[in-house]
Amino acid sequence: MTPHTNTNTPAYNAETDPVLKFSQLDVNFKTEFGRVHAVKGLDLQVMPGEVVALVGESGSGKSVTATTALGLLPKTARIGGQTLVADKIINELSERGLRSVRGNRVAMVFQEPMTALNPVIRIGEQLTEAMEVHGIAHGREAWDRAVGLLEAVGIPAARRRAREFPHELSGGMRQRVVIAMALACDPEVIIADEPTTALDVTVQADILDLLRSLKDQLNTGILLITHNMGVVADMADRVAVMFKGEIVERGTVEEVLLNPQHPYTRRLLDAVPHLGAGHGQFGTSPLPVAADAGMALEVKDLVVEYKREGKKPFRAVDGVSIDVRRGEIVGLVGESGSGKSTIGRALLGLIPSTSGEVRVLGTDALSVRGKGGNELRKRIGVIFQDPAASLNPRLPVGDVIAEPMSVHKVARGKEREKKVLDLLEAVQLPRSAYNRYPHELSGGQRQRVSIARALSLQPDLLIADEPTSALDVSVQASVLEMLIGLQREFGFACLFISHDLAVIDSLAHRVVVMQYGKVVERGNRDQVLMNPQEEYTKRLLAAAPVPNPIEQKRRRDERHALLASLGDEIVTLDTRELSM
Amino acid sequence: MTSNDDQTRPTEPVMGDMPEKTDPLDHLLSVDEPEKTDLHDHLLTVEEDLEGNTDRSYSQGALVLRRFLRHRGAMVAVGGLVIVLLLAFTSIGVGPLPGWWPKNYSDLYPLMNGGAPTMKLWPPAIGEHPFGQDTIGKDYFAQVMRGAQISLFIAFAVGIMATIIGTIIGAAAGYLRGFVEAFLMRTTDLFIIIPTLVLAAVLGQMASKAGVIALALVLGLVSWTGLARLVRAEVLSLREREFVAAARAIGTPTPRIIMRHILPNALGTIVVNATLLISAAILIESALSFLGFGVKPPDTSLGLLISNYQSALTTRPWLFWWPGVFILAIALCVNFIGDGLRDAFDPRQQMD
Repeated sequence: MTPHTNTNTPAYNAETDPVLKFSQLDVNFKTEFGRVHAVKGLDLQVMPGEVVALVGESGSGKSVTATTALGLLPKTARIGGQTLVADKIINELSERGLRSVRGNRVAMVFQEPMTALNPVIRIGEQLTEAMEVHGIAHGREAWDRAVGLLEAVGIPAARRRAREFPHELSGGMRQRVVIAMALACDPEVIIADEPTTALDVTVQADILDLLRSLKDQLNTGILLITHNMGVVADMADRVAVMFKGEIVERGTVEEVLLNPQHPYTRRLLDAVPHLGAGHGQFGTSPLPVAADAGMALEVKDLVVEYKREGKKPFRAVDGVSIDVRRGEIVGLVGESGSGKSTIGRALLGLIPSTSGEVRVLGTDALSVRGKGGNELRKRIGVIFQDPAASLNPRLPVGDVIAEPMSVHKVARGKEREKKVLDLLEAVQLPRSAYNRYPHELSGGQRQRVSIARALSLQPDLLIADEPTSALDVSVQASVLEMLIGLQREFGFACLFISHDLAVIDSLAHRVVVMQYGKVVERGNRDQVLMNPQEEYTKRLLAAAPVPNPIEQKRRRDERHALLASLGDEIVTLDTRELSM
Repeated sequence: MTSNDDQTRPTEPVMGDMPEKTDPLDHLLSVDEPEKTDLHDHLLTVEEDLEGNTDRSYSQGALVLRRFLRHRGAMVAVGGLVIVLLLAFTSIGVGPLPGWWPKNYSDLYPLMNGGAPTMKLWPPAIGEHPFGQDTIGKDYFAQVMRGAQISLFIAFAVGIMATIIGTIIGAAAGYLRGFVEAFLMRTTDLFIIIPTLVLAAVLGQMASKAGVIALALVLGLVSWTGLARLVRAEVLSLREREFVAAARAIGTPTPRIIMRHILPNALGTIVVNATLLISAAILIESALSFLGFGVKPPDTSLGLLISNYQSALTTRPWLFWWPGVFILAIALCVNFIGDGLRDAFDPRQQMD
């Protein structure tokens, strides 16, 4: 403290001081059953023009940490330590002071662009709102700036788009709007909370390109919160790994990802499935399919249409043919809207098929009714994406697993109970889980329960619809390992639906790639994933980020080259539009 | 609450020798105690280990009950309602069973002090006729108790009946969709557009000759509409949930899906609205009796008492106040209980 400074906070230097700084941050939540210590004395800073990735699994406290920067934690939270945005101490600001900081000095990009935008307000108006609140621009001027922002984030025909409503835009476009909103007041720091988790890989790559150009051209600091190591490798300058409310490792992206020191970081990185590593990356690999194996599932020219009021029906699945042999795992890959989940649901008879032929284990599944239909259902198991949603919250685990047996009147009393306990063991859950309720289990444990349920009748065919995409990577790895092990043991055929090419790579024998309801490419796993023939497959593969910063940089350049050769533009922030 | 309770299931498989009295949800908070030392143990299993906290497990129902029991307003209301119930049913007895109050609601007694209440707060005394006497000398305490009995009986009977009808119609419409839904919901609309009071008055007029039970039946038949709509709305959202899709994919028959998977999850909506139905039924019965379409003398109800003595408000105000206070107390208690149940079923409303 020099004599000529009359305040006791040192002068803030916008060039060299951190734009976001957490010092000894400590957050407690009051819950129904006592206090939960979410963040324990955390120190972290973000410099201007720097991307710091905060990595951790669900429940590690990373989102809570970021939310303190906006002062948006609920009243049940008790906050210790300090959060500084540039020279403002967030914990000490009044509600009015907080409002002047939010959006203006620090902005947030949310995970789900669907819900981050208000569906009844035009995009342009949502953009001008922040500007008018913070007195940056008003009326016509604000509107012009909004259009400029939309152009800057690469939205074509921005003047027209500004008059549209959020539902008229695709997911990727919406996320660009959210980023434009964050940029509206030219904040010093942007907090991106899982900005690409809800997006398809190809769209994710575009959004990451956009965010990267943001820090280069506007010198904005970015705090990137993610669980995806590929995104970290692609974006971050520095990485902090969070585990149970504490940072266990920090360093530059190369240090942390290529030479992790802490055992947790190593575990996390080992759990990430690697595209190209093939079978056996989680310890076990599925058995090769017998040459004379019969057909478990034959789908011929399946068409599924959704009826729409006053319009011609929407064709979600358009003449798709797939076959799965007994004991074979077929990966069905595609982005959202490709119709892959619709196929799964149509096969289960949950939605009616318009035309085509489906033979399950030799029986025509579409025409079979009554008793025959029940017999068939006994032989098909199903795992859904979200284990939290696919287990009845009112039933204890034992009943959930026994449900298929009691529906089909298989085994009873002690015998059924024993089967359930055997299944719990098979999915590596303790016997004490029998009387637990789904809400008492973690995500991974719940998915194990739903796998146990799917296997309770020893099905010949398993339909798995994105079974690991709602799970953390380390949990995903153990669930995949278990699933492969069970496949070896029970020998079921499996249609594995996923958007994640690396996951498919770790277990599938064959791969089918879908786009807009049609099959684009099919073939053996290594043939499709290592040497794709179709343009769409190539794009898909190029966009999937890998958790190695050096390799990812090479892949990124390759992708840009591929896009250039295909005549596409690479998304960057167009700063000419922001000169106002 | 759910049908799973009757199934055979091993009783606490491996949790026999575990310490008893620990809060089963401790593991949620265990983040608090250990620091660096056992970090390495945790690293081996990032997923919380189940074995570590094997005590009694909380079902959703148990959690709801726990929150309800902690809701102060609702607990006071439960206490209030229990007192009213006990007072009404033990004092003058039910049917052939005698109560502890020596007087009868139909007998005449000599008028004392113009029939004014003899109950005194200080020194505390009950006296001969605590609530006073009516114009011809009947004991008013016994009358109000009889009225409260009838009103409570009607309220609960209506509540239960309307809940059953509303749940069945709502669940069938919501789950089956299509023609069934259109038919059931248009029928519901039909019931809604006729003013309940008018319909109940006409039917009640006919039914009240047949006694209180018939009146309760009739009221139940006209007050299920709101609940049916709410249950339908809830079922519509539940049927799209993945656990229902999972049940259908297994091949579960429709009745089983509705009974086992959908209705237990709609229980919150049903229970909360059933309590509100009960308090509405008290008011409807009072209104009907007041208008002369409900309970007929010589039997009595709270509404009828008010109606009989509405002109006495200035001269003998107790004849108006006592039944009024009881209507108010019962309706208020039931409403508060409903409120507590709603908070217990949906704790998110309370947060923040």
